[in-house]
Amino acid sequence: MKAANQTTIIAEKGKQEFFIEREFEAPKELVFKAFNDPELLLQWLGPSNLSMKIEKFDNRSGGSYRFIHSDKNGNQYGFNGVIHEVAEPDRIIRTFEFEGLPEKGHVSIEFLTLENLPGNRSKLRIQTVFKSVEDRDGMIQSGMEGGMNEGFKKLDELLKLKLLK
Amino acid sequence: MIRRDVFQAIADPTRRTILALIALQAMTPNALAEHFDSTRQGVSKHIKVLTECQLVKKEQSGREIYYHLNPKKMKEIADWLEPFRKMWENRFDKLDQLLSEMQSRKNNKK
Repeated sequence: MKAANQTTIIAEKGKQEFFIEREFEAPKELVFKAFNDPELLLQWLGPSNLSMKIEKFDNRSGGSYRFIHSDKNGNQYGFNGVIHEVAEPDRIIRTFEFEGLPEKGHVSIEFLTLENLPGNRSKLRIQTVFKSVEDRDGMIQSGMEGGMNEGFKKLDELLKLKLLK
Repeated sequence: MIRRDVFQAIADPTRRTILALIALQAMTPNALAEHFDSTRQGVSKHIKVLTECQLVKKEQSGREIYYHLNPKKMKEIADWLEPFRKMWENRFDKLDQLLSEMQSRKNNKK
């Protein structure tokens, strides 16, 4: 068994975007299907500590979606967005908003692109552009999207100043 | 799973204070306990969590036990992108699994 493909995150300091890159041992047509078919999406996108429900998934250009993650204490985290373009099997462009923020309007836009590589492989690139640098950093740190535990959020200045010099 | 434990470990304010203290110098359990109002057992419970996730290393020196910070492990959590990357990596690992199932199903049909 060969080593797993690496997941690369590129988030330059002070920028309003990040990139996620990953290669797969499958052609883009198949990877696209896993992103575009709700049944398949449920099988991999949901974080392991949350249950994921697809409330709406009208995945076509001009459509919209809404997902709900629930934790074991019954807390719910909703996400929604509109779909700008679905160009099978190359590209999905859509917005994303986390409903749990204190104010509305912190929307990001995601560009998912897929390209085939030699040997029946493909490469996924997700570019997400935010309203502000703070929004981007908040998304990365809070991990709300994936229901990360509280730990990282609470890594406070003390640690940073004293230990990470 | 180790990595998640690290983040749980540092979520606790007492444990962060312990880390900050031993970052300055290695300390014995007694010396550490003096900095806290809680019982010595309470403090050693926190130390146990920290050693289990390898943030803290134990060293015997004569009759005394000293706790040291493990800088390698600290560096791991210093990388603020790491939990986010890990989250996506977990997802993509599941996606790998799904893709290989989809491919073998397709091949069986042929």
